[in-house]
Amino acid sequence: MNVPKEIEAEIDERITHYPVSKRSAALPVLHSLQEHFGYVTEEAVEWVAAKLDLEPINILELVTFYPGFRQSAPGKYHIRVCRTLSCAMEGSYELMEKLCQEAKIDRSEVSHHHPIAVSEDGKFSIEFAECLASCGTGPVCLVNDDFHEAVEPAKADKLLKQYD
Amino acid sequence: MSKANAINYKKGKEPHAREYRLVFKNVDRKGWDPGIDCYLQDGGYRELKKALLMDPVDITEDVKKSGLRGRGGAGFPTGVKWGFIPPNNTKPVYLICNADESEPGTFKDRYIIHQDPHQLLEGMIISCFATGANLAYIYIREEFPEGARILEKAIEECHQKGFLGKNILKSKFDLEIFVHRGAGAYICGEETGLIESLEGKRPYPRIKPPYFPAALGLYMCPTIVNNVESLCNVKHIIAMGGDAFAKLGTARNTGTRVLCVSGDVVNPGYFEVEVGHITMGELIHDLCGGLKPGRKLKAVIPGGSSAKVLRAGEKFKIKKGDQEIEIGIEDIPMDFDTLMACGSMAGSGGVIVIDDSRKASWILNNINEFYAHESCGQCTPCREGSLWMKKITDRITRGEASPDDVETLESVAFNIDGKTICAFGEACAWPTESFVAKFREEFLADTSEKYDDAILNPETELAAAHLSSET
Ligand SMILES: Cc1cc2nc3c(=O)[nH]c(=O)nc-3n(C[C@H](O)[C@H](O)[C@H](O)COP(=O)(O)O)c2cc1C
Ligand code: SF4
Ligand code: FES
Repeated sequence: MNVPKEIEAEIDERITHYPVSKRSAALPVLHSLQEHFGYVTEEAVEWVAAKLDLEPINILELVTFYPGFRQSAPGKYHIRVCRTLSCAMEGSYELMEKLCQEAKIDRSEVSHHHPIAVSEDGKFSIEFAECLASCGTGPVCLVNDDFHEAVEPAKADKLLKQYD
Repeated sequence: MSKANAINYKKGKEPHAREYRLVFKNVDRKGWDPGIDCYLQDGGYRELKKALLMDPVDITEDVKKSGLRGRGGAGFPTGVKWGFIPPNNTKPVYLICNADESEPGTFKDRYIIHQDPHQLLEGMIISCFATGANLAYIYIREEFPEGARILEKAIEECHQKGFLGKNILKSKFDLEIFVHRGAGAYICGEETGLIESLEGKRPYPRIKPPYFPAALGLYMCPTIVNNVESLCNVKHIIAMGGDAFAKLGTARNTGTRVLCVSGDVVNPGYFEVEVGHITMGELIHDLCGGLKPGRKLKAVIPGGSSAKVLRAGEKFKIKKGDQEIEIGIEDIPMDFDTLMACGSMAGSGGVIVIDDSRKASWILNNINEFYAHESCGQCTPCREGSLWMKKITDRITRGEASPDDVETLESVAFNIDGKTICAFGEACAWPTESFVAKFREEFLADTSEKYDDAILNPETELAAAHLSSET
């Protein structure tokens, strides 16, 4: 695994934010790697463990617990649709359905342990997220780091067109 | 202390006349940006300068006098919490800002973080000075990537101006604040789960006692965990003094509160009001423009999805002076004590309004799915029970449940409540307990005795639940 110099420098700087315990840097280091590689590979788990003087299991147990870490490659654009009550009342399930239709994503295989589905062309991936703290403007979703509010299911195609 | 009407707001985002903008003063403000220059031009960091000249003990006293109660969910008095740091403590003290904002129905911290990060930082720096913390973290949910960047930039700006770092404004007080991003788990909002997460572990909550953070928190040192809105309020307490702050709101329920309304109202949104100065009915009809045309109120979840549901038509007994009076749902003043007296809670300020077009079982099933997904799994009643409840409500919504299922559903909830390590147990049991108690007839109407035989015994049902557990 090749971690570019500038990413490693950023990681080393982040570790200094935790003068009491390097282990505290586990989440930020994983974020940096996931941001760069798209997901957390087995090699990345070992790399982080070595970096923080921990056992790989100490890192793997984080990756498997926190929904924010992925163990397989997402699409170029990863969509997270809020599933929770206020958004569901405004049509988030319909939005999910429309987005899948438009982006040609098959969600029939998703499960608790594999929540992400990827489009055939690899451009989009999608999953449900729990309440994104914008319940007054539902349905909401994140596309990579971009936040979208009041996304009408009927305009799902418009949303996707912004990402080419 | 600024009244909202002295300031201009963006078109369509003007505060309602009944609002009292204190913490949300700069949210949606015309010409406002999150940079430090904008904040300084508006008198920013004046309270920090004032606080640094005070005795830290006096600041804590002022916060106690203000009556400020935590805005994160539990409503615990902030000054009292600070006072729990052991008096003879020799260990370092840490302060953590809880910016995990993940209680369904809650959306207030988001706007402070994105639009007014310096208000939060000023509140934090003052709070750190008062509690003797030289290292602080902002634990922000991972789904606020932009918010994390804004906060980091704001921290950098503070360093440049000498509001952070060594010997802040020549006060001999040192402080570093770092932003720590979570990774999508609701349980990281629970303060001890948050601390474990910040230690680089799975966010398994710790049992209290003994692990009250103010005594045994981060790295087993005294740690103050406060919500974003609570910490912002500290700045305003310094500005106006604890006594003046205590005059806002009502007795024991002081200050302002940002209420977040979502669901079946014409204009959902956030409204900062003096605590207890408006009723549920005024909130829904005046501030939120009422229900959608032709609809009737069915129920309200008043303090985030964990709060027990209140049903339209229900009668509540509350104390008024020495008297006990009976009121309806729309007459409930929105404050901590009254909502508790009504059998629910003010919680996180997230008000979810439900009209008569919704089925109670559909609502509860959505909530149950949230908790089934978010249980950390440490305690058997919570781990198994949350999923089991979800499976039952799932069957009820599909019309494939037996009347006995409703009873089972209720008993599962009662077997979680009070039997777990952290308050997530109550959080996941209360929706079921209250929805079933208040909408029993409706739940039963969707069941059929023809499914009596379909009830599996608990073990097989649970096994089946695990096998088919979806997102
Ligand atoms: C399951 C659970 C989730 C919680 N989530 C949050 C949260 O997202 N944000 C928050 O400020 N407090 C949350 N809390 C409350 C915190 O544990 C803690 O009481 C609070 O941060 C203290 O700050 P305050 O006194 O300023 O309210 C949660 C509590 C529980 C039991
Ligand atoms: S109550 Fe639930 S969330 Fe809390 S510690 Fe137990 S299993 Fe975890
Ligand atoms: S329910 Fe979707 S943002 Fe809260």
